[in-house]
Amino acid sequence: MNLGPHAAFILVSYAAAIVVVVALITWVIVDFRAQRRALGDLEAHGVTRRSAEIKEPA
Amino acid sequence: MALIDLANPTRFLVLAERVLPWLMAATLFAFAIGLTQSALAPDDYQQGATVKIMFLHVPSAWLGMFCWGLMSVAALGTLVWRHPLADVAAKAAAPIGAAFTFLCLFTGAMWGRPMWGTYWVWDARLTSELILLIMYFGVIALWRTVENPSDAARVVAIVTLVGAIDLPIIKFSVDWWNTLHQPESVFRMGGPTIDKSLLVPLFAMVIAFTLLFVTLHIAAMRNEILRRRVRGMLMLQARGQEA
Amino acid sequence: MMALRAILLRDMRLAVRVGGGALIGVLFFLVVVTLIPLAVGPNLVLLKRIGPAILWLGALLASLLALDRLFAADHEDGSLDLILMGSAPLELTVAAKGLAHWITTGLPLVVAVPVLGLLLDLDPLAIGAVALTLLVGTPAITFIGLIGAAIAVVLRRGGLLLPVLVLPLTVPVLIFGVSAAEAVIVGPASFATPFTILCALTLASLVIGPAAAAATLRHGLD
Repeated sequence: MNLGPHAAFILVSYAAAIVVVVALITWVIVDFRAQRRALGDLEAHGVTRRSAEIKEPA
Repeated sequence: MALIDLANPTRFLVLAERVLPWLMAATLFAFAIGLTQSALAPDDYQQGATVKIMFLHVPSAWLGMFCWGLMSVAALGTLVWRHPLADVAAKAAAPIGAAFTFLCLFTGAMWGRPMWGTYWVWDARLTSELILLIMYFGVIALWRTVENPSDAARVVAIVTLVGAIDLPIIKFSVDWWNTLHQPESVFRMGGPTIDKSLLVPLFAMVIAFTLLFVTLHIAAMRNEILRRRVRGMLMLQARGQEA
Repeated sequence: MMALRAILLRDMRLAVRVGGGALIGVLFFLVVVTLIPLAVGPNLVLLKRIGPAILWLGALLASLLALDRLFAADHEDGSLDLILMGSAPLELTVAAKGLAHWITTGLPLVVAVPVLGLLLDLDPLAIGAVALTLLVGTPAITFIGLIGAAIAVVLRRGGLLLPVLVLPLTVPVLIFGVSAAEAVIVGPASFATPFTILCALTLASLVIGPAAAAATLRHGLD
């Protein structure tokens, strides 16, 4: 694919798009794992949500 | 599965779980088509291959504005209808919209330098788009200023609605003022002026980027709901330990 | 030393959290750099000429942002009293807080200079010069600002008092910073002369700022 004399600008644009999209996807995934881990830790300590019965701490 | 599922956080999580894999697949498929189309697109007789930057620049611009529009609808949901998930939708959308607005400005600069000789000019369209980016950052900062997101929601909603005035300014700036940015060539009275061979890849990329946005947004909303649950449970735990 | 490290890390962590000032300084920098061309007009030739001055002014104003909360936040929750009673010398503790402020507020401004420089049509050499002078100059602004922050908490007045007090003290830093940056672009004036003076001003401020701020806190809070 011949991108002509301004190929660098085209490639930098597509590279930037990839960086931005990958950053967004990474943010969503990392945040999901962090929240899931936090929920797991809390549930392991016996904390439940208000909609369930509140257990007495041991 | 009724609309009520979109109002209940737990049901939304179930819905998100089911829908996300399909959305991810659809997004990948759409990008496969869009990128191939973009690669195969002919060179513009004036701009040569740099017209390929348009296939990134226009979808980014569209998403930046679409996202603020979505945030505005969510703002109405918070202020007028008191919809329980409205502020979750708004908070989750802001970083995504900011990212695409930035990408729009960056790809615009990359397109502008070879074609019009400059990375940037202070004309009406570019300036109003930069203002949109600044407003996105402001709203994100606002969400982070108040510790309880539900308290921040109403203030953010008002700021979002006031800021929405920028959207028609961006859209019509090229008509109202003499700008370096080219006039409207797609969504205008009288139909598009771009040749079909470039229009098809453009629409393909717009659809792909929009699917990507929807996927990211639903995933981010899911994360925000989980984050609020964690916060609620931490408060319960703190209170429990005081007893 | 452990205490100083603890204060440094604590302040840095607080700055990036909810209500902290870290990245909002950069956002304000962007706002100022956007406002000036809108006021002055989109003449790129003019903007290129005054670009270094615009960037220096924006950085100066943005640097002062989080300063007024520097001691006030600690005063409100009582930690300032603990700091005053602590074993580490107050001057060093104040300097540690200043360092934390510079890392979280000043340094991001320097990082933002290349992007903002493009908005003002500066070429790479000019951008480099502005970034270098700001890298050396922003610590001076922060450490001079410590004096104002201390006065603000002692007098229990906030608002515009701190900028009004601090800005005149930073004028030499501003003058030599802009002068050094422009020497690179305009010539034939030398870059080295104003730049070394700028370095000297910064080194002096690293000593005078914490000393004066500590003295203010000691005498003012009783």
